This record gives sequence, structure tokens and C-alpha cells, in this order.
Amino acid sequence: MGSYAQATAGSLITRRIPSSGEALPVVGLGSWITFNVGNDARARDACAEVVRAFFEAGGRLIDSSPMYGSSQPTIGHALAKLQQPATLFSAEKVWVGDAARGAAQMEASRGFWGVPRFDLMQVHNLLAWEAHLPRLFEMKARGRLRYVGISTSEGRRHAELERIMRTQPIDFVQLSYNLLDREAEQRLLPLAQERGIAVLVNRPFREGALLDQLARHPLPGWAKDIGCEHWAQVALKFAVSHPGVTCAIPATSQVAHLRQNMAAARGPLPDAALRARMARDVAAL
Amino acid sequence: MSEWWTYRPSDFLMFAPRTYWRLFELHNETWWPAQAIFFALTALLVVGVWRRHGPTLRVGVFAAAVAWAFVAWAFLWQRYAPINWAASGFAWGFAAQALGLLALSSRSAVHATPSRGRRAGGLALLLWALLAHPALGLLFGRPWSQAEAIGLAPDPTAIATLGLLLCVSGRPRVWQGLLVAGAMVWLAVSAATLATMGSAQAAVPAAAALLAGAALWRARAAQ
Repeated sequence: MGSYAQATAGSLITRRIPSSGEALPVVGLGSWITFNVGNDARARDACAEVVRAFFEAGGRLIDSSPMYGSSQPTIGHALAKLQQPATLFSAEKVWVGDAARGAAQMEASRGFWGVPRFDLMQVHNLLAWEAHLPRLFEMKARGRLRYVGISTSEGRRHAELERIMRTQPIDFVQLSYNLLDREAEQRLLPLAQERGIAVLVNRPFREGALLDQLARHPLPGWAKDIGCEHWAQVALKFAVSHPGVTCAIPATSQVAHLRQNMAAARGPLPDAALRARMARDVAAL
Repeated sequence: MSEWWTYRPSDFLMFAPRTYWRLFELHNETWWPAQAIFFALTALLVVGVWRRHGPTLRVGVFAAAVAWAFVAWAFLWQRYAPINWAASGFAWGFAAQALGLLALSSRSAVHATPSRGRRAGGLALLLWALLAHPALGLLFGRPWSQAEAIGLAPDPTAIATLGLLLCVSGRPRVWQGLLVAGAMVWLAVSAATLATMGSAQAAVPAAAALLAGAALWRARAAQ
């Protein structure tokens, strides 16, 4: 396992977190729905195999939230089975309207993961961000976190997100961006580059709906030019090839899909002209 | 929740369909042979309804109370709530319904309804919940191990209870009406959940609630 990880990790495309220079592979792992399997031991073990394959392929960043049901204990189960991979970059969220309860929630999340601290803590869907962000910055200053961020999804509250990005010293922003949902290109991605904020992309497949739509169509000829054998790789390469994007976080419960996704973090990425063509061609399908 | 108008029902579905149906498989494994016990009790209840046997109907209402309490604890709280944060609220609702049925069963004024229309509708729902609903999964490509059994799963329990309440007349009537409404609320929630999952089975709880409503309306109109 070790030699496989080294061979693949060396060829993985990485981006640097602007605030620190730390490198992250451009494909991470989300956990919305896919890891919410409750007390099903068989399903939890299956998720652990997905996480194993993720680390074997050189992956680092895993993202979750208290909102995601039992996804956090599932991640904790996987990490325990894998004996806490040293390369893990843990990305979590605080999701509570009463900021006074945020610390307890984050501590509960940490307990589920079984990690000494989180690398990144994000305010989920901007909920009570005015109260949460100062506390997160304080935690970062005391070494209890490494990075602070904020998240939204499906294009919601972009105007408010932009205000936060302009006025708050956040390290990360998480937003939705894919071949069809490209609003972030207008202001948020350029702003992230300008302000030195790392960008995590959620919903690169529109929770699978985009892939279901595309599955009826053969891959266009340009897909081979960028080393894509599956539509999922096309969608991921589109998302991560934007210079403002740091890492996309597709979720999956299948090892085969995980490996397809991680393959998108290798090989050539489309340039601006091909990106425009990809978006045009997919929109026309 | 700002921009609430941008949210779709699917935004609140936090689990995959396969995870949902797997709940019933694990539930059935854990509680076997409770399915057989509830099946036998419900079959006896159907006979009691057919014969308009008052004491059997009272025992049936009591058994329904036990079933709602069991579903609240064993399924909704223990199994469903870990994957759906709304399920703990559902569990409380089922517990309240159980208390209401328990209170109804303790009253001696529970007897067979004189309305033939209500009895026919109630029997149809009871027989559906008992015999057809557990086999529904096979129609949709799910294994027998994931069958939703009366007394263990919320949908057939709610459908059977609606059927039973149609077949009885209890006092006070408003109390019985609230219990009917409680069962219908759950069936509406279930239909919405199944529809959001993209399952055609959503039509079943919706149809059961509509059938019950139609039977009650016709009986009331005939008075």
C-alpha cells in the first residue's frame, strides 16, 4: 500500500492553500448522503473501504458536517480502521444557530472523527457566521484549528458570501461549481484569487444528477485529450482546472467511483479555451 | 432559513434510498419473530372486525397502541433517527399517537361502527396492511428481507390503524378524529419522503389516506 500511494501521490495535481502554501490534491472526498449509513455495520465497512482507496490514491481532504446525519461517525470508523492516516486533512463545519453551542458541537464532531484537532473548520451555510467566525479565528490563534472557512451550496447567498470574503480573513470558502452551475466564475472565484482564499468545490456532479444526464451521451473527442475515460472525470477536471479552485470534494460510496474521481487529479487539465468548449458542449447536450 | 424559496424537498433528503430500505432489513433481522406475532394479532383483529365483536375491537385498539409505541422506539428512534434528524420528532409523534390509542382502548365505549361503508374501507386497509404491504417491496425490486411488516414498520402500522379506526366508533368522537388525523399525517410525511426518493411507492400511503378520508366523508354524508 505504501509504494502505491507514493507512486500515485507523486503524479497527483495539487494546489497550494494561499494562506499557508500547503499543498492539497485537487480532488478530495465529500460525505453528504453517501456516508450517512446509520448503524449499518456492513455499510460502514464499505465506506471505510472507500476511504482506504482514497488515501491509497493519494487523497487528503475529507469534508463533513454535523448536518450530514451519521456521516461523521462513519468517517471516524474508517479512520480508526486505517489507524489515522497521517496525510489526512480534516475539513468540518459548525452548524448551529446559537453560537454559544458551537464549541460543544465542534467538540462532538472531533470525538466522532477521533482526531486531536481539525485542520479546517467552516461555518456551514453561513449560519450565524457573525458570531461563529470570531470564535473560530480565536481557536486558530490558539492552535486548536489550522484554517477557518465558510460554506454555502447551490448558489445560495452569494452576495453575502462575497461580503464575507471581502471583509473577513478567512482561509477557505466552499461553494458549488460545475459544468452547468458556473455563477461562481463571475465574482467569487476571481475574488478568492484576489484575496488569497482557497476554494473547495461541492456538488461537482450536482449530486449525481449531472452524471445521470450526461451518461446517455458518448464522451466528446476532447475528453481523451485531457485523459478522461468517464464523464465524472470530465466534470471534475472542469471544476478543478479553474485557477481559483483549490480542491473539489465529490462524494461516493463506491470504491470504483472513488478511483475514477481520483484519476481526475492526474494528467492534463483543460486550458481556458477547452474549458469554454467543454461548458458549451455540455450545455448543448 | 434564508432564501427558503430556493430549497427543494430533495435538499432535505439526507440519505440514499438504499440506506433507507436497508433500515427495514436490519430491523426485521433484529426483531424476528415479532413480525409473526403482529401478523397473527392483526389476523385475529380482522376476524373480530368482520364479526363486529366489540371486545376484540378494544383489544385491537390496545394492540395498535403497543405497535405505535414500539415503532416509535425501535424503528424511528433507534434506527431512523441516526440518518434523519427529523425522525426523533416523528418518534415523539408516534409516542403521542400510542398514548391516544391507549386512552381510547381504556374506554368501554369502543364498539363496531354501524356504517357499512366505513367497515368496508377499514377492512380493505387492514387487509392491505396485513397481506399486501409487506410484499410491496418485491414489486419494486427489493428483497423480501426488506419487507415492511405491520407492527414493526411505520407505514403498514399507520394504514392498519386507520383501517381499525374506520371500523370502530369510540367516544369522544373528536378524540378518535385526532387519532385518524395522526395516522394521516404520518402517511402524508411518508408519501412525501418516498416521492422525494423518487419511489413510485409514494402512491401507497397517499392512496391509503385518501381512501380513509373518502370512507369517512361518505359515512358522514350518509348520516
